[in-house]
Amino acid sequence: MYGFEALTFNIHGGYLEAIVRGYRSGLLTASDYNNLCQCETLEDIKMHLSATEYGPYLQNEPSPLYTTTIVEKCTLKLVDEYKHMLTQATEPLSTFLEYITYGHMIDNVVLIVTGTLHERDVQELLEKCHPLGMFDSIATLAVAQNMRELYRLVLVDTPLAPYFSECITSEDLDDMNIEIMRNTLYKAYLEDFYRFCQKLGGATAEIMSDILAFEADRRAVNITINSIGTELTRDDRRKLYSNFGLLYPYGHEELAVCEDIDQVRSSMEKYPPYHSIFSKLSYGESQVLDKAFYEEEVKRLCLAFEQQFHYGVFFAYMRLKEQEIRNLMWISECVAQNQKSRVHDSVVFIF
Amino acid sequence: MVGSSSSWSAALVHISPYTFAAIGIAISIGVSVLGAAWGIYITGSSLIGAAVKAPRITSKNLISVIFCEAVAIYGVIVAIILQTKLESVPSSKIYDPESLRAGYAIFASGIIVGFANLVCGLCVGIIGSSCALSDAQNSSLFVKILVIEIFGSALGLFGVIVGIIMSAQATWPSKG
Repeated sequence: MYGFEALTFNIHGGYLEAIVRGYRSGLLTASDYNNLCQCETLEDIKMHLSATEYGPYLQNEPSPLYTTTIVEKCTLKLVDEYKHMLTQATEPLSTFLEYITYGHMIDNVVLIVTGTLHERDVQELLEKCHPLGMFDSIATLAVAQNMRELYRLVLVDTPLAPYFSECITSEDLDDMNIEIMRNTLYKAYLEDFYRFCQKLGGATAEIMSDILAFEADRRAVNITINSIGTELTRDDRRKLYSNFGLLYPYGHEELAVCEDIDQVRSSMEKYPPYHSIFSKLSYGESQVLDKAFYEEEVKRLCLAFEQQFHYGVFFAYMRLKEQEIRNLMWISECVAQNQKSRVHDSVVFIF
Repeated sequence: MVGSSSSWSAALVHISPYTFAAIGIAISIGVSVLGAAWGIYITGSSLIGAAVKAPRITSKNLISVIFCEAVAIYGVIVAIILQTKLESVPSSKIYDPESLRAGYAIFASGIIVGFANLVCGLCVGIIGSSCALSDAQNSSLFVKILVIEIFGSALGLFGVIVGIIMSAQATWPSKG
């Protein structure tokens, strides 16, 4: 029942909620980002980061520092924190925490399958996979030739198995199919996560519904924009939209028939929460759109911390940390390539 | 006697007043301790988790635990006071109106104290949990949230006062 979580939440979740709030206080602030943006070299970045929570992870790195190393070590911190929480969690929090990583699993599966299609080495691909989305038989993905084999050999034992019912075909895998597969899997995952949160009820359902609805709408807009001008039919496009969220169902009808970005913009401007995002967009720019979506997402995730006694804080923390790692990657790349004027193009401040 | 000899009200007045008094005493201590324990675990689990990142909060935030504990102490005190009110009366007078009144007064006093302390303990516990988490992020918030806790713990005190007043006039009929 919504409103009475305070009576029983702390039995199983109190300690971990306090832990995750402690982690949140370690996120980089605007002043940290300002310092990082002033850096001239990657060594400066490493020095500034060693004064923050990332210190122990970066201090032993040898001198020729690469951006990928920085990002890898920062991701390692996220993985350590996640595992610390997962080992101490009981049901249903442990299932909730596992759900958070299924998105990464889907990305890893698609990465390996695409890489194998382009004849890359499996070991090299495995190193590029996101550590949160690893599962045991992931290396066997390189063997599969079509989706049915993919499912039968590897994915049936993973948590992604129920998401495959909509996309098993016997066609051979190619770039287009893989993208469609990725989006179909992600759609099934979002809907499953949404249903799970609804089942949990109370404050978790309320807060997670809002965050997941925004995610579903954002993906709908991105799918629409990315499939403009490709051979994806309108029906196929409609099948990739999730069946919840602010845009469901009427927004999806409008998005399905859009043929260019201005039509997307005019259909989105009818929805007040997205109006502000799209009004920042001048004609034809999609990088600004990405940043605008990230800013809106960060705003909603920060709001999840305003309430106590629900699981939304765990999801929000993981997402905010990923955003921080994206910021660090962008700053490191700008510094490494000497393009510091473009640093503020894509950094989203969290605090 | 109220009612006819086989109605529910007749059954109620034939329950010994000592039963009611004893149940009242049990509720006063039992439910108070339930409230205190509930509050302490709500505060304690958040406090331990928050102290991992910010160890400085532990000593100050024990105040929240102490406020919850006070609620249990109120229950003990009232239970002891109530049990001193129990006197034996000759068996001819057990069902006198005077006796019934004394028994019911002790029962009511126990319920008042027990349930007031239950909700007080819960209230202080939930506020204490938020207090620990906020203090870990920003130490200037501690004193302000403590004021809310103080108001919350006054609820238990109200219950104790009313309970003691109730039980003060629980006089059993004199012997003879």
